[in-house]
Amino acid sequence: MCLNVRLRMIKFQSLLRQYWPTVALFAALLGLWQLAVSAGGIREYLLPAPLSVWNALWYGDIAWGQHLWATTFEIVGAFVMAAVVGVALGVAIAWSPLVANALVPFLVFVNTLPKVAIAPLLLIWMGYGLFPNMLMGSLIGFFPVVINTAVGLSQVEADMLDLGRVFSAPKWKIFLKIRIPNALPYILSALKITATAAVVGAIVGEFAASQRGLGYVIVTTQSSMNTSVAFAALVWISAVGLLLYGAVVLLAHLWAPWAEGID
Amino acid sequence: MNKELIDLDRVGMTYEAASGPVEALADISLKVGRGEFVSLVGPSGCGKSTLLRIVAGLRPATCGTVQVNGRKVMRPIPDIGMVFQAPILLKWRSILDNVLLPAELAGKDPRAFRKRAQELIEMTGLGGFAEKLPRELSGGMQQRAALCRALLLDPPLLLMDEPFGALDAMTRDDMALELLRIWGETGSAQVPRKTVLFVTHSIAEAVFLSDRVVVMTARPGRIAADMPIDLPRPRTVEARAAEAFGRLSLEIFRTLTGRTVGGVTSS
Repeated sequence: MCLNVRLRMIKFQSLLRQYWPTVALFAALLGLWQLAVSAGGIREYLLPAPLSVWNALWYGDIAWGQHLWATTFEIVGAFVMAAVVGVALGVAIAWSPLVANALVPFLVFVNTLPKVAIAPLLLIWMGYGLFPNMLMGSLIGFFPVVINTAVGLSQVEADMLDLGRVFSAPKWKIFLKIRIPNALPYILSALKITATAAVVGAIVGEFAASQRGLGYVIVTTQSSMNTSVAFAALVWISAVGLLLYGAVVLLAHLWAPWAEGID
Repeated sequence: MNKELIDLDRVGMTYEAASGPVEALADISLKVGRGEFVSLVGPSGCGKSTLLRIVAGLRPATCGTVQVNGRKVMRPIPDIGMVFQAPILLKWRSILDNVLLPAELAGKDPRAFRKRAQELIEMTGLGGFAEKLPRELSGGMQQRAALCRALLLDPPLLLMDEPFGALDAMTRDDMALELLRIWGETGSAQVPRKTVLFVTHSIAEAVFLSDRVVVMTARPGRIAADMPIDLPRPRTVEARAAEAFGRLSLEIFRTLTGRTVGGVTSS
């Protein structure tokens, strides 16, 4: 117990040693920014001071709660959809060469389309709402999951597969016991990309057409010149993005601790 | 039941490469008796590893017949244990769970094999490491775990493909000694010793371990010589210093290289 506490303290100290430059740089930049705006007389609508942004985060006439909720819902939905569809397609590709031959060129084609250009189409097909934005996020984020899943499932030593053949293990058992655990670190590493892509997609969708969400808030500030609100929206967006990214990192730590430090 | 466990009759193997057909093995006739320890030595690319896989039924021979335990080998056969050059342990499984893998793959209840797995882990000197992950073990220890895995289902035949090839020289000698000890321990009055077919690059290793050393030539792989190693067992480190050891090693070296003179020592 005592040793445990001590180890934790050592861990905390080493974290502190590793990250104090990050914190210090961030604080210094914020300080400089504040100083430049207040002492340099930069106008608020061009560049609001950090303190104004801070105020805009909590007060003002924006109903942050509902916008934050809408965007978070879109992002998480996009992430889950991309993860589920991506893993399913990856498994299908690794399972059957026929499926691989049919799907891969098609997926590559879909991936080369600039997703942003599809946003107006989604509006025409589905109208306003959270779902088209969610779809945009998952469209941008699913491809790396497909590829990494398929690669992770196939990167198994030939000798290990021979071992499976010696014991006449059925294909599903090889998938369950060898291929899928082997692919887990690959999938989790793709999900880190998907987490960021989901944020981009949701905001792009909101830019194209929306009545709610943090992207919508940013668009409206263009006409009102309320720049501090746009900055505040950016802070909220990055907070959601960071939380999602952190969740994936935590998941990787829990599910694939053996692969720590691979990427 | 016939005396031979492995019976290869004029086995050949040709495969298609981009440049045309390649003859990897030609006219291999080899019998290995029950409980015998036979090594295959030969230059790189002589098809020794392929031959091992043909015996296991993992690759088909393109001509000749392969029999194990009196039955023709047509597909992978279950009563073998395989050890490869790399330990290929599953990174996410503890040593114990890695050792239990064959039971799971063969559709048996792994719980029924826990005790045996524990015993094997103890016997190979890995006691205390059962719950560790592979990456927490050294290369030599990982290879011991791979040996435990191969022995789990108590197969009568062990196929070993350069199992110590990736280890440093000292660990390698140590592992050879360990392998002989384990091989000796697995045999008793009631239970016959395991038959071992052992592929290696090292002449010294082959001589030290084997009852017979089969020397192969380069592509296509053919049997150049089949030498009985009549060193007494159990063999100890001192066996390496025996006059017979040197004489046999030199003889194998000469067969391998075709050199009859020169001051070169074998590996």
